[in-house]
Amino acid sequence: MKSIDKIRRHLIAATATAALLSAGAQAQERFITVASTTSTEQSGLFGHLLPAFEKAAGIKVRVVALGTGQALDLARRGDADVVFVHDKVAEEKFVADGWGIKRQEVMYNDFILVGPRADPAKAAGKDILEGLHKIEAAKAPFVSRGDKSGTHAAELRYWKAAGVDLDARKGPWYRDTGSGMGPALNTAASMNAYILADRGTWLNFKNRGELGIVVEGDTRLFNQYGVILVNPAKHAHVKQADGQKFIDWLVSPAGQKAIADYKIGGEQLFFPNATK
Amino acid sequence: MNEISASLGLAGELIAAGDARLAAIVGLSLRVSLTATLLSCVLGMPLGALLSVGRFPGRRTLIVLTNGFMGLPPVVVGLIVYLLLSRAGPLGSFGLLFTPAAMIVAQTVLITPIIAALTRQVIEDEWREYREQLRSLGARRVRVARTLLWNARFSLTTAALAGFGRAIAEVGAVMIVGGNIDGVTRVMTTTIALETSKGDLPLALALGAILIGVVLAINTGAYLFKQWAERRWG
Repeated sequence: MKSIDKIRRHLIAATATAALLSAGAQAQERFITVASTTSTEQSGLFGHLLPAFEKAAGIKVRVVALGTGQALDLARRGDADVVFVHDKVAEEKFVADGWGIKRQEVMYNDFILVGPRADPAKAAGKDILEGLHKIEAAKAPFVSRGDKSGTHAAELRYWKAAGVDLDARKGPWYRDTGSGMGPALNTAASMNAYILADRGTWLNFKNRGELGIVVEGDTRLFNQYGVILVNPAKHAHVKQADGQKFIDWLVSPAGQKAIADYKIGGEQLFFPNATK
Repeated sequence: MNEISASLGLAGELIAAGDARLAAIVGLSLRVSLTATLLSCVLGMPLGALLSVGRFPGRRTLIVLTNGFMGLPPVVVGLIVYLLLSRAGPLGSFGLLFTPAAMIVAQTVLITPIIAALTRQVIEDEWREYREQLRSLGARRVRVARTLLWNARFSLTTAALAGFGRAIAEVGAVMIVGGNIDGVTRVMTTTIALETSKGDLPLALALGAILIGVVLAINTGAYLFKQWAERRWG
């Protein structure tokens, strides 16, 4: 009986010590928290980019990958030092409202319309608006992110520009999934549906089923990424110096080259276009 | 079927390769969930014992609450803990969000009701059996609760294992409060969710097989230890 008590006491002491030790180790590590999008994480860009920055600056970057809307929300609550997202309208509002200091453009990639290779709606071509029109006319299944992400915001803009009033035309053909890019692609693959995706996630996506690219190359499909330092005046604990270092590195020649160097199967995913 | 057998093969390869990153992820999963289980036992077992032998106002309400909270949705627990630990929240100044500590807190909240409710059931049965005996000794309720907990220690491993099983298997809470940060808060379940997102279903399933294997190993270990301890001290 006594020895069990002893063992137990040792166990508790050991766990407490381990917890304290690991907490100590974490406190010593120099890091910033970046709220970013599922597209940058799931495309594998960060896995390629961050080690280069960490080596150059000695600062670890902890990425929390969410939809753009959620990422900005997280930053508004003060839970991130830097946001790295792709919804220019929302980003500019974020800065105008005083939550961020300054928005800087970093890189772009493009959206693509993915759909069944057999293309039952005959949506294929170089015109995204025409493509969406045909999908709506054919009532072909379409999967929407529906999660206030940058891609979702872009999709809604395209429907509007195409003159399709979704609220009125929405039917069983339009599937609002409320999920990230990958899960939405999984849904589209299993339903053989059309979906708007960012090229990066698509290139890195493995469960494609019968899906292929239906529309690409339309200049309207341009997808700009911006980076913003969270305003320390709103949240005093924001790591301003280290966060700024990360931003400066992203837009520097070294950072821009690292972005251009990321390729999957020989194909470049993101195109640096920072303007100093 | 083909995919599943391919995944099992992949799981075997991953284990055989002894990948350091995979080991770190499994290690973090175990560290977080075992710590949460330990904390929940410390909190939940005395609570469960008091609920079964105690006589105090609000006892029945507490019993219903612990029973009901066994079904707490992990994503809701995650959200509440997130709002508490967020910089804009009441406990934000500790800077615990997106750390393993935050994940431990969330899982502790999630499984303490499970351990408390199961403990209450076990102790209630013990209480019925030894009631007269303990009464005749004139023992106080707190003392009785302690004695019964000690008597039932072997049966209580099941309560602890049920809590642990729930903790290590959940993804909703740790995803929100941990943020699934590579190398910091990425555990088995969030990795599986991420690989599913990437459409790499074979890898996701292989990781799932490894997770189930780890849970089975822990349960086997606990079972053998219990048997050995029962023979030795029982």
